[in-house]
Amino acid sequence: MTSTKIPEIPPEVYALIGQPQYEEETDFEIAMGYVSNTCAAVQNGNPLYWDPQVAEEITHGQIAPPTMLSVWFRPHYWSPGAEGERLALQTHFDLKRLLDLPEAIVSGNEMVFGEPVRMGDKLKTCQIIRSISDVKNTKLGPGRFWVVDVQVENQRGEYVGTDSYTCLGYRSPES
Amino acid sequence: MSSGDLTAAEVQVGQELPPLIHDVTATTVVLGALASRDWRPMHHDKDFAIHRNGVKDIFINTPNNAAWFERFISDWTGPKGRLGRMKFQMTTPVFPGDRMVLSGTVTEVTTDDTGCCWVGLDVAVSVDDQVSTSCKARVAVPADDSDNPWDRKANQWQP
Repeated sequence: MTSTKIPEIPPEVYALIGQPQYEEETDFEIAMGYVSNTCAAVQNGNPLYWDPQVAEEITHGQIAPPTMLSVWFRPHYWSPGAEGERLALQTHFDLKRLLDLPEAIVSGNEMVFGEPVRMGDKLKTCQIIRSISDVKNTKLGPGRFWVVDVQVENQRGEYVGTDSYTCLGYRSPES
Repeated sequence: MSSGDLTAAEVQVGQELPPLIHDVTATTVVLGALASRDWRPMHHDKDFAIHRNGVKDIFINTPNNAAWFERFISDWTGPKGRLGRMKFQMTTPVFPGDRMVLSGTVTEVTTDDTGCCWVGLDVAVSVDDQVSTSCKARVAVPADDSDNPWDRKANQWQP
């Protein structure tokens, strides 16, 4: 396993650092069904998400768990007219391609939560590459770490949160 | 689920959260991936996970990891607990067959300039006594029974 297999970072990739990309809006309705699925998956019995009266008293209406921030920007696996697999966090997949690193994992995640997401909200997002590391030799193979921020605001222009991913793109020894 | 809401006066540095134990199955992993709308195959396709990711099985995905942490923290705080920030580092994946143990310790209790009471937490997911994911979280809790962190907006909310 050597780092010499990993090419230099192209100038056009450096130029993307700090630039907002993929500005988009949620393309499906934010609804309690998604919240119920998430709470059921982790057996979260918080009455905020199951009892509308509790939600009214505490949060003045039904909201989503804050950690669902990324869920609202993950497209349907398929939709009419779409070609190929639709991907969330497109910037991450762009970096895999541009840096010629075929495999990748998310190694860390930081989230900051602002206004809660309410049912029926229309959210806007953009993705920003914050950094790309030098070549690192990892247990999975040689590669680079990168950090991508996903910033979110709601239809009222209020800050909803930032979802920041640290990812490792790498080449497995067999590749 | 706790019966009431924790207030800042009830929290001390060094306090441990009640542990949460969950035996992970393939269903746990797939439920979590689909609920978080993560369709990537390493979270539902064992062959892909083994041959492309070089791991032994499908594994819990990042947003579901976050959802487990959130559930663990809000079980302790009650519904008025409001997450401000969460940062976690995944060291090793969690697979079907693993017994996942969530544990947590209070690292800080502070009040900010707006009067919001914050609790800092070190939280972890461990399997076989080895930490697989470590997490630092910041959660707002009521100062007293009349306070509600969810009422804070704009510059009154400084996560």
